Parts: sequence; C-alpha cells; structure tokens
Amino acid sequence: MVADVNKQTLDQLKDTAKAIRRLIIKITTEAGSGHPSSSLSAVEVVTALYFGGFLRHNIQNPRDPKRDRFILSKGHAVPVLYSALCQAGYYTFEQIMTLRKLGSPFEGHPNMKRLDTMEASTGSLGQGLSLGVGHALACRLDGLDAHTYVMMGDGEMGEGQVWEAMASAEKYKLQNLTAIVDQNGFQQTGATKDVLDMKPFASKFEAFGWHAQVINGNKMEEVIAALAHAKTVTDRPTAIISQTQKGFGILPILETAGDLNYHGKPLPKDLAEKALALLS
Amino acid sequence: MAIGEAAGLKLGKATRDAFGAALKDLGNEFPSVVTVDGDVGNSTRTEVFAKAFPNRGFNVGIAESNMVGVAGGLAAAGKIPVVSSFAAFLLCNAFDQIRMSIAYPGMNVKLVGSHAGISIGEDGASQMGIEDVGLACSMPGFTVIVPADAASARKATRAMLEHVGPVYLRCGRIELPEIYTADSPFVIGKANTVKEGNDVTIIANGLMVGIALDAAAALAKTGVQARVLDMHTVKPLDEAAIIKAATETGRIVVAEEHLMAGGLGSAVATVVARTKPVPMEFVNVGDCYAESGDPLGLLQKYGLTAEAIVAAVTKVRSR
Repeated sequence: MVADVNKQTLDQLKDTAKAIRRLIIKITTEAGSGHPSSSLSAVEVVTALYFGGFLRHNIQNPRDPKRDRFILSKGHAVPVLYSALCQAGYYTFEQIMTLRKLGSPFEGHPNMKRLDTMEASTGSLGQGLSLGVGHALACRLDGLDAHTYVMMGDGEMGEGQVWEAMASAEKYKLQNLTAIVDQNGFQQTGATKDVLDMKPFASKFEAFGWHAQVINGNKMEEVIAALAHAKTVTDRPTAIISQTQKGFGILPILETAGDLNYHGKPLPKDLAEKALALLS
Repeated sequence: MAIGEAAGLKLGKATRDAFGAALKDLGNEFPSVVTVDGDVGNSTRTEVFAKAFPNRGFNVGIAESNMVGVAGGLAAAGKIPVVSSFAAFLLCNAFDQIRMSIAYPGMNVKLVGSHAGISIGEDGASQMGIEDVGLACSMPGFTVIVPADAASARKATRAMLEHVGPVYLRCGRIELPEIYTADSPFVIGKANTVKEGNDVTIIANGLMVGIALDAAAALAKTGVQARVLDMHTVKPLDEAAIIKAATETGRIVVAEEHLMAGGLGSAVATVVARTKPVPMEFVNVGDCYAESGDPLGLLQKYGLTAEAIVAAVTKVRSR
C-alpha cells in the first residue's frame, strides 16, 4: 500500500526544510566529516519531493515497485537525504547520528545494499542519470506510472556519462524522468565557473530534446511550481536547473569563516551551535 | 592446421553465435531479461534476441558508460539486463560504471564481452580484450565464465541467467572446435575434465581448451599422458579440481588467451601456492599488445599454440 503523501502547506514545508537543515548540521558535526554545505543547497528540492506530495514513497515497503524514485547522483550530499528520511519517520535521530561511523549503514555516500531507502549506490560522480534512465525504462516496460527523479551537482555535469544518459533519455522519450541540477556554483577546489564551466545548462538540456526550467532552488515556492510543472510534460524528459547557494541557510556563518564554498568539511562545534541558533 | 584438428575435433560455431542463439531461445522462459547494447549487437549477437523481443532490446548507442549505468537501473527495478559489447570496450571503457552500478551494489546484471582475445584478427589490438578477465575477476561478487566451445557457451548462457548476481561471460569471434555435446554437463564453478591423464595437467579455458587438446594429442604420441581441465569458470574457481590435479599429476601448465596478469594463470597459481605447491608454467599473451593479422597467424606469432603448450609441458616436467 502506498502511503498517502502528506501535502504540507508552504509554511509547514519551510519549517520542515529548517528542521532538515538542523539535522544536517548536527549529524555532520557529530561525524566530524562530510559535506554539509553541499547538502544544504539541496534542502528545498528534497523537502518538496518527500513532503510536498511529489515523491510517492512507502515507509512500510521502501522498495515498493509502484514507488517514485529519487536517485541522489551527487552522493556526497547524502546527509540531506538521511535527514529528510529521519524527518519523514524512516529513521530515528539516534540512528542517523551514527553517520560515517564504523558499522553504521549511514555511510559517507549512499549504499543501497545496506539501506533499502537508497535507490542507488553513488559517490563516483556522473552515474546517477544513467541509473535513472534504467529505472524509467523498467517502469515503462512494467506499465507502472512511477516517476524517477535524479539530482546531480553542477560540478558533476563535467562528467561525459551525464550527456550520454541525457541523449538516451531523449531517444526513449522518457516522460517519467526528471533531472534536477543542484547548481550551487561550487565544486571541490573552487567556483564551478572557474574549474570547468558547463553553463548554460537549460539550453544544453533543450538541445538534447529535454524540457527545461530554471528556478531559484532555495525558494520553496519556485521549487513546488517547477516540480508541479514538470509533471505536466508528457512527451519528453524534463530538467530543473535549480540555482542554489552552497550552504544556504547558514551563509552568515560561512561568511564569518571566510569560506563560502566550505567543501567537504563539517562545522566545528562552536560554529555548529551558531548555525543551529540561526536555524531555530 | 585448424584448432582441434590434431585432436580429431570438428569445427563448430563461434561462442558468440551460440550465446546469441541461446539468449533468444531463453527469452520466453526468462521474461525479465532485457538486452542493453552499445551499437554492436550485430557483432555480439544480442540482435538475435532484440529482433525476437523488440520491446526488450535497448541500443543506447556508442556510449558504454551509460550502457552499463542503464543496466544497473534496470536491474535495480527488477529486470535481468544482458549487456554486451566487445570485451575491450565493455570492461575497459566502462570499468568504473561496472564497479559502481553493478559490482558494489551486487546487481543482477549479465555482462557479455565478445571479440575477446587476440584471435579476433585483422581489426588489431585496440579491439582485442586481453585484460577483461583480470578486470572482471578483480571485482568482489563477480562470476567470470570463459566457455570453450558453442555447446558450453549455450549452457553458460542459461547458467548465467539462472545465477543471481553479476556475471561476466567472455565470448570469441572465431569458429571453434566442438568439444562438448548438448548432453555435456556445465556447472558454474566446476571444471570439466576433457581428457584424462596423470603425467601433467593442462588447465585451460576458452579457445585454448581446443589447442590444449591438440597439445595433449601430440604429447600422447611421445608417451606423455596429459590431463586437460576446462576451467570455464575463473571465478569462483574450482579449487578442488586444481588441488586434485596438483596432487595426482604434480605438474601444471595454464593456457589462456589473456595477458599474464590477472587471468586464469594468476588465479590457479594462487590456489596452488596456498594448497599444494607444484611446478607451474604459463602459456598466454604475456605482457604486450598484439597487432592486426589473420587469427591463426596471430595465435602462432604470440605463442598461443599446441607447440607452445608442449614446450611448456616439457619445461615443467624437467623441473
């Protein structure tokens, strides 16, 4: 049985996003490593998917064939997913606080063998969209109306496989597939525009035969509207270029720390406390 | 002289042809099977299946990385994808995708690499998969099968579909001698003794089994009775058959159409060293790339011949 999706109001969704942000800070600071800033940029999209009625998921049977699928191709941002699943009741706070610890299934990158809520084992960038194409093809073969969402990073778009996958999705006119580019503007060593600038994304998706939208991905209203609009496209795959800010929600803290990228490191305890106060 | 001629064998089909025909024949019995191709389905013979079951065949173009990823997604959604390309492009081009999207999550995907080895001939070294077995064996949980003739390739195709988990099936381009009949046993992980003997054991797979039988025929004329083991499954390896051979024959030669590194020879040597150390010799491509040429000429030039095996047997028996 697919659980009724809790369609929260906009205010409630914003509160949920805040709660997920707090969890991201707590679990990465406790872990002493991880990618909180890469997770924070994606919070609105993940919140809207899981709590806004877009992603049909089933807490009783996470691998229900009829479920919609969310593949986190930018696997290093998995704290956002663990936190959202905790908020949705899949896991307790104590469980996700074991993030990255020996023996914990809440690994540094998603491991679908250990957690049935993970749709893919990711962490080597560029591979999630191909997996999404596979899911979408299988759902179509089986006559399921399940939708597959794949979230990638903007740095990840440098991987050639993404463009192979894009072309194949167009070949099969996968209207049941949505790619979301979390364009937070940074990657490991600096600004994405300086490292390998793949912009503009929307026109490239369109050139590959996709429908594309560009939104402010940290504005819940825009995220909701884009996800709703994507569902109305019935003749081709859709992309949402979600322009975000890395570390959104705690930007004043990152400014104070003098590092707006803040890639791949947790907040130390004192900064985490300030961040949590900011998000209270 | 053709492969298998000295051993009195008749030339049959190529393993890729047997695989393609078998896959089509199994299509109704295994409704979850789908094929994913990188636009060489007419070479790997998956097109036979795709033509019979058009909605279950996906040709994603010349894009091996995506091909393997799509298969990973299909498998996660309950399908049994059979992914094929030339062995070199499948294993080498898409290795990280195989690792991440198939091996690490333990997906039920079947990889079929055709055009393995140097015997593909005129197309040259860029098309020759000679690293594939080593790469496939390196991944935890993978089953790696190298059939020796058409009958065993046909049985291997069924066996890999029945097996739950990632499999690599290695096929070749050229016609090979018929070693088995339709009634011969084929069990994953269980070597077949294709010739009895107690003076030395030749462990081979793929095309080298027919050549090993030619070598055994030549050796028999000199009074040396060689045992020939078809080690069609490189992983998991039939350790019992290896220990038995080491114990009973005291000498082992391993013959394969692969680089020295990472192939059957390495795998067998690991077992022998750990269990029953005996002198060993190896017949393989060594540590080099081959070149364009006719298949039999290439096998001659790169030392994959009955004469090379006989020489290795002589050497290992002198130690």
